[in-house]
Amino acid sequence: MSGSKKSGNVIVKYLPVYFVLLAIAGLEIVLAYQGFSPGVLIAILLALAFSGGALAVMYFMHLNEERRSLFLTLIPAVIFVLIMMNMLWSDSFRLLHMKPFAH
Amino acid sequence: MSESEVTLHGAGGALIEGSPYGIPSRKLTMWLFIISDAITFGALLFGYGYLRTASSDWPAPFRFNPSILNVMFMTFILLTSSLTMLGGVDAAKAGDKAKARRFLWSTMLLGVIFAGLHIREWIGLIDEGVSLFQNPWGSPLFGATFFSITGLHLLHVTGGVVAIAVVSRGFSRGKLTAGHVEATGLYWHFVDLVWMFVVPLVYLLNLAR
Repeated sequence: MSGSKKSGNVIVKYLPVYFVLLAIAGLEIVLAYQGFSPGVLIAILLALAFSGGALAVMYFMHLNEERRSLFLTLIPAVIFVLIMMNMLWSDSFRLLHMKPFAH
Repeated sequence: MSESEVTLHGAGGALIEGSPYGIPSRKLTMWLFIISDAITFGALLFGYGYLRTASSDWPAPFRFNPSILNVMFMTFILLTSSLTMLGGVDAAKAGDKAKARRFLWSTMLLGVIFAGLHIREWIGLIDEGVSLFQNPWGSPLFGATFFSITGLHLLHVTGGVVAIAVVSRGFSRGKLTAGHVEATGLYWHFVDLVWMFVVPLVYLLNLAR
């Protein structure tokens, strides 16, 4: 071993997060076969995906161990841009039917 | 900014501001790349969502066997590769080159298996007649969105495997530091994160009944 410090058993430390992420992935598949309406299913799947994503960012990517300023710079910016993208939706539907909403 | 908030570096006595986030610039750059990439994937998924909602004949081709079984296995592989990457970063920080190399090569192997499974899935769909602009089931845009989103993700996985190979080799030879391994690890976890959104939105919303 050429190391200067002994590495800890980080895999054991993050094993609970790994199992929770696997459980979320499994739950998504089970719920997808339960016959929910598309709107309800999208809401459930997105909630689970965001939960899994948050766990991955906070623990696997260690954002919870960084300064709060990094979190406050990165995450609100992403959320803001993703929400602002939805401004395009109304125009997209209007263009699809080739008529303004007023008609 | 007061003088107490700046750090003195270098023999030349140049005044350089301290890192605002307390992390190396390499790591901050990777974070900035990741959020821009997250927005790129977000735009693709929003575009796909719009097209899917606007099309009355959107195909739902994914059967439990083989597609969803394949996706379950791919998810397991990618999540496990995140775990091995954590081990690689930890070993690299501890200076244990042999252990770091083992973990990084395990991560690469899992990445290659994931890419192989993904390509198998693509070949299966292509054999069924799906291409970028046509398919036997409905809206011709299905192929364009499916191959664009999963293709960009596959490109990220492939790029990640190459990056890990380069960083692993450089770290073993002492040319790269644990910081490089950590930044590569951040990228790999992001690839995993994107897959968590691709599976429900692209596969599970289009299940064959």
